[in-house]
Amino acid sequence: MLNRKQSPDIFNAVDFDLKLNPYQHFTLDNGTSVYTIDGGTQEVLQIEFIFYAGNWYEEKNIVAATTNYLLKNGTKNKNAFDIDEHFAFYGAYLNRNCYNETSTVTLHTLSKNLQHLLPAIAELFTESILPENELDIYKKNQIQRLKVNLKKCDFIANRLIDEYIYGIHHPYGKYTSTLDYNNLERDELLEFYNQYYTHGKCLIFIAGKLPSNIQEQLNTYFGKLPFNPNKNFTKEYHTASANSKKQFIINDENGVQGAIRIARKFPNKHHPDYTKAQVLNNILGGYFGSHLMKNIREDKGYTYGIYSYIQNHIHDTAWMISTEAGKDVCEATIEETYKEMNLLTKELISNDELALVKNYMIGNLLGTLDGPFQIMPRWRNYILSNLDENYFYNSIQTIKTISAEEIQALAKKYLNPEDFYELTVI
Amino acid sequence: MIQYNSYTLSNGLKLLVHEDTSTPMAVVDIMYNVGAKDEEKNKTGFAHLFEHLMFGGSINIPVFDEPLQRAGGENNAYTTNDLTNYYCILPAKNIETAFWLESDRMLSLAFDKKSLEVQRKVVCEEFKEHYINKPYGDIWHKMRDLAYEVHPYKWMTIGKELSHIENATMEEVKEFFFKFYQPNNAILVVAGNVETNKIIQLAEKWFGNIPSGKKYERNLPIEPKQKQAKFSEIKADVPLDAIIKTWHIDARLTKGYYAADLITEIFGGGNSSRLFQSLVKEKQLFSDITCFHFGSIEPGLLTIEGKLIKGVKMIDAEKAIEEEIEKLTTEQINNKELQKVKNRTESVITFEDISLMSRANNLALYELLGDADLINKELEKYQEITEADILQYAQTIFDKNNSNTIHYYSIQ
Repeated sequence: MLNRKQSPDIFNAVDFDLKLNPYQHFTLDNGTSVYTIDGGTQEVLQIEFIFYAGNWYEEKNIVAATTNYLLKNGTKNKNAFDIDEHFAFYGAYLNRNCYNETSTVTLHTLSKNLQHLLPAIAELFTESILPENELDIYKKNQIQRLKVNLKKCDFIANRLIDEYIYGIHHPYGKYTSTLDYNNLERDELLEFYNQYYTHGKCLIFIAGKLPSNIQEQLNTYFGKLPFNPNKNFTKEYHTASANSKKQFIINDENGVQGAIRIARKFPNKHHPDYTKAQVLNNILGGYFGSHLMKNIREDKGYTYGIYSYIQNHIHDTAWMISTEAGKDVCEATIEETYKEMNLLTKELISNDELALVKNYMIGNLLGTLDGPFQIMPRWRNYILSNLDENYFYNSIQTIKTISAEEIQALAKKYLNPEDFYELTVI
Repeated sequence: MIQYNSYTLSNGLKLLVHEDTSTPMAVVDIMYNVGAKDEEKNKTGFAHLFEHLMFGGSINIPVFDEPLQRAGGENNAYTTNDLTNYYCILPAKNIETAFWLESDRMLSLAFDKKSLEVQRKVVCEEFKEHYINKPYGDIWHKMRDLAYEVHPYKWMTIGKELSHIENATMEEVKEFFFKFYQPNNAILVVAGNVETNKIIQLAEKWFGNIPSGKKYERNLPIEPKQKQAKFSEIKADVPLDAIIKTWHIDARLTKGYYAADLITEIFGGGNSSRLFQSLVKEKQLFSDITCFHFGSIEPGLLTIEGKLIKGVKMIDAEKAIEEEIEKLTTEQINNKELQKVKNRTESVITFEDISLMSRANNLALYELLGDADLINKELEKYQEITEADILQYAQTIFDKNNSNTIHYYSIQ
């Protein structure tokens, strides 16, 4: 007779011997670094061009993001429609994104079509003209989108909590206003484009089923571009955190929920506490079985979801708790959050829970090492943060061996309510 | 080509196994043939609320998540108007844990009072977060209600109103469970680093002795053909005027569906699509415009939705949309444009197949549609559509009597 009360035996995920498959590396004639992972089950690939052209390097607000956005909106020979049409015809998806330190141009394509697309991408890095009329349309539409977003409590909360932590002049803390868009000048964009794209530093990451002559193809189209692989990027910013730690803002009188953000500063990935803190973070609010989720969603029903996470920044970062809760229960949600933090400093977590969290984290990691499209983002993250595979293996070792006492000590060090900024936006 | 083996248990549970030894993981996906369309009109939102309750403990296992997390796995679920899908992903070595958990909640829930009380609140917060506390959040409630007269696509998965969820009783929960959560109303897909024979053994072991229930016979009201264009208006505290228009399209497995899907791409697929190029870039009447549909199993809606540039009049914006429709319904598209949207579709299908989860999920979906093998025939169906088909279906879809329009005005 089947005993349904008895769980089947499990293989402890912590006993998995996790391996991070390596990438291949080569350089183009102009010194540009290329990282590749060949493989996968489908005949597709993803190629990502990463430039050191994030908002870290702009002199004026939103110049970096606008330049990135307009990259494919016109070159000397093609207008925006021609460019989009070319990629679309081959069923390819060309996206661009701007982050803090870096900005990217990413292509997803069937492997068979790569050769038709590479020259069109290369053109974007030297021949883009960032046309004035495209800039005008962009400004107008972005201002409209901003107006809609400013009605959302979560959007406001995300902007403000970053400002409180890093300061409005720090790349991680600043945000955009209508005025910033209106003040954009094409000349400034062209200057930024010339310095940080055409003559900038570019890294290339490719994952998927690669053609055998990939090195040759890349060299043909990108190996002669005037990139500066050795460009030195030193620009320092200091954080200027807010003085007042508690804020309550009414953005919408008729709002039925509040966006709550509770956050503290936290060091970067090179700090010895970083991985240990990831374990503590999981216990606090990092997964569905976390203390915050169990108490505030699954016991009290105050919210659809509450999460904590450490922001994925290259420089010093922040540890954040984030939720949207019913208007009447915002205060209670904040109170319960501190209660859970406090409990972690007062009581050792049980061996049973610790074992569960470790298995969960390792099992999850195993899932993210599955196939080139999963592995590449991890490598990219390491390379951009100046880390290597030791970081990966040390992290695993930390997860496998961390004790309840160490977790409590970390909680005492990092989960003090007085270190946290607290914001509610209705 | 997605390979799989199929097997049916004596209680009617359908099993599909997709072997992929390139991954250390496995996915266990159970799709129940019940969605918001199976709800009564005064008890909407129930299928989705129920999905939440499926995590509140089953007859022999007090909590669902913990044992799975202990096995290195995680899970989630979603509900649509057509179906409810539950999936676990975990190291393949621990796959039996997922069988144990999923089979117990198919056998019976614990029907815990506290779980019902809490999840009612959680779902109400979900409702608020996505549909009340967001600008334009009510647009689809209004549109579904306008477009459908009798078909249960008239309401959204989250429910028509908060009170339907707030008033859900344990009696109703039980009734719902025993009506729909039966082995003969479900599809089990196992994908990943697994062997079919072992999976069949596990399925027999854990699901084999769950008694099959009374077969659910779906008997939904049929939406009569729309005979007249319908209009509605909303005035709300939003920053921009918006317009949303929908047209009834054919059911999922018909040729008309594939044509409608390609038409959606022609109009709204990326920055070289017709609506973006003409209305955002050239005429600059909209800051955003999209064209999409939900992939509904029964006759669904093709949608054009856009936000007007401040100062543009509703009548002019709408006229510009109509001009694009006029073009598509009078001039046959050229081969290059058709090839473009087919190529984009091929890409999307191929990229979707990278993810093990997505392969498992799609196998379940096509089996639910009647034949898992359709997963390998989708692309062909798109390839068969000709320029003339696009013209003909565009004319049928964009018949002016088939349209529903909401003018959404900003009052600030």
